[in-house]
Amino acid sequence: MRAQKRNLIILEIISIALVFVFLFPFILVLFNSAKTSADIITNPIGLPKDFRQIFTNMSNVINNPNFSYWKSFFSSLFITALSLTLLLVFSSMAAWVLVRNKTKWSSGIFMLFVAAMVIPFQVVMLPILSAFRSISSFTGIQMLQSYTGIIFAYLGFGGSMSIFILHGFIKGIPYELEEAACIDGCSPESTFFRIIFPLLKPAEVTVLILNGIWIWNDYLLPSLMLGLNGKIKTLPIAVTSFAGSYVKQWDLILTAALLAMLPIIILFLFAQKQIMRGMVEGAIK
Amino acid sequence: MKSLQKKLCIAAVLTGSAIFIISLFLLLGKSENPYKGLLLVLGLLLAGGGIFKFPFKKHKSIMNIVFLFPMLFTFALTVLVPFVIGIFYSFTDWNGIKFSNFVGFENYITMFSSPDYLYSFVITVIFTAINMIAVNVVAFSLALLGASNLKGTGFYRAAYFIPNLIGGIVLGYVWQFIFNKAFVAVFEGSRSMLTDPNLAILAILIVSTWQYAGYIMMIYLTGLQSLPRDVLEASSVDGASGIKTLFKIKIPMIANTFTVCIFLTLVNSFKQFDLNFAITNGAPSRILGGKAIQSTSFLALNIYNTAISKNQYALGQTKAVIFFIILAIISLTQVAISKKKEVEL
Repeated sequence: MRAQKRNLIILEIISIALVFVFLFPFILVLFNSAKTSADIITNPIGLPKDFRQIFTNMSNVINNPNFSYWKSFFSSLFITALSLTLLLVFSSMAAWVLVRNKTKWSSGIFMLFVAAMVIPFQVVMLPILSAFRSISSFTGIQMLQSYTGIIFAYLGFGGSMSIFILHGFIKGIPYELEEAACIDGCSPESTFFRIIFPLLKPAEVTVLILNGIWIWNDYLLPSLMLGLNGKIKTLPIAVTSFAGSYVKQWDLILTAALLAMLPIIILFLFAQKQIMRGMVEGAIK
Repeated sequence: MKSLQKKLCIAAVLTGSAIFIISLFLLLGKSENPYKGLLLVLGLLLAGGGIFKFPFKKHKSIMNIVFLFPMLFTFALTVLVPFVIGIFYSFTDWNGIKFSNFVGFENYITMFSSPDYLYSFVITVIFTAINMIAVNVVAFSLALLGASNLKGTGFYRAAYFIPNLIGGIVLGYVWQFIFNKAFVAVFEGSRSMLTDPNLAILAILIVSTWQYAGYIMMIYLTGLQSLPRDVLEASSVDGASGIKTLFKIKIPMIANTFTVCIFLTLVNSFKQFDLNFAITNGAPSRILGGKAIQSTSFLALNIYNTAISKNQYALGQTKAVIFFIILAIISLTQVAISKKKEVEL
């Protein structure tokens, strides 16, 4: 019994040490965001002299025209929120139709969506630019350097996986439920929106979290479609363009990194369980 | 009621089609009107809505099409069409805007005879293999630690998981600072790992393992928690030691979880871009065959730099096609293995 207890204590110590190993980069970011440029050079690992310096650094970074924190934050938020909403509604609709129609067509389309999950972004990123450029010049709808284009692209790229996850979930919903609604005089589309859509909640949370983390952190797609110095900047773009123009000014770069991390860390503190479960469920399927 | 609805629907279809035809004229006539595209969308929406709301007998099949349309349309324009024309472009001298000649397999030959690509290929394979092993070993150990009955496991898990939530770009800059400033200060007199080609790859490996292990740990934990208690109890009653239980019972019983995790890390390591871009962006250079090449640029970054920085779009696209083929082979292997396992079960 005593040996077991000692083992537990050793494990506990290892776990705590590992927590430190995993979190020390964040601690360093926090410490160094509260230092002046000169302090970082002389002392890059220790505690800052005065934590109030963090506010000076933050206000410098937030108001910097290359970073413009609030503008980038709201651009990121707008792109993520609108893409997620549309993705959720449209992919649920599509997945439902694909499950409930057992024809060659529907299984073919479903297979197409699933197979496309293998396609890496790199193989479509160059042609998509030229395709979107032609669409813009043909229709006059701005597809590059605009919200329309990037949200459209996120719908296309996020669709495969979302449909796959929702498809698996809808298969488990008994069809009798829909038949009952049908007998009660419910039209098929209101059957979907009033009965099926609310039932999909667990799978929808998974879809939201997986796509949300991806879209919020994505760099490659916005860097190509919005440009590094375009009108619209997402947070990862803003950090990159900021780090590019203030090379080696670590006090500012780390403060910018801290500001870019904060929204997700705050979200994680509130919805830790859901986020972790959602991401794992997405992987297993 | 019904007749009013019918009339409204017919009106919507008619105005929608009219707007659609007008916008088509504007589009084909290359008009400068900035609203021509919006008109097109509006016309289609009106006409589609009219047909959708019209009380047809075959309402359900129309609804199916309307429900499928948004996803199919965006998917076709962002994935399918670019994918097909992308493969086509790899056989041309495409410069990002237009192409003038078919060049056959010339891009493929150029690519496979250029040392920087071959080098990038080799280091990507090495990186992928080591990273896969490192992430899975660390993640599985963390999962075993987390599955033991310690206090506060929830907190530990969250701490290990958090790096995975932050984007690779932001983390990359943070780690660039750690390698260039913090580590150099801790180990006095040492040079930054990022200045040596081999150590720089090791640096990316460390960060990549750090970022990914917590996520894979959660998947292993789900597997370990699904183990039936009675089997574990039976083994401990029979006197099996902890290590024996681990290798003879736990690991074989979650073999499926291992397949998932191994392939997930394989694919993600192979596609590594963000960390590579933000930590080293290919630097430092290394002399190979009398030419200076980027020593830490993995395939994804190599593709990006070929097309975007060097402006060789056709060559970049060709590299991307090969990139896709390798990933497709990995995924097909995974599907084959899981299918085989299902049959055995």
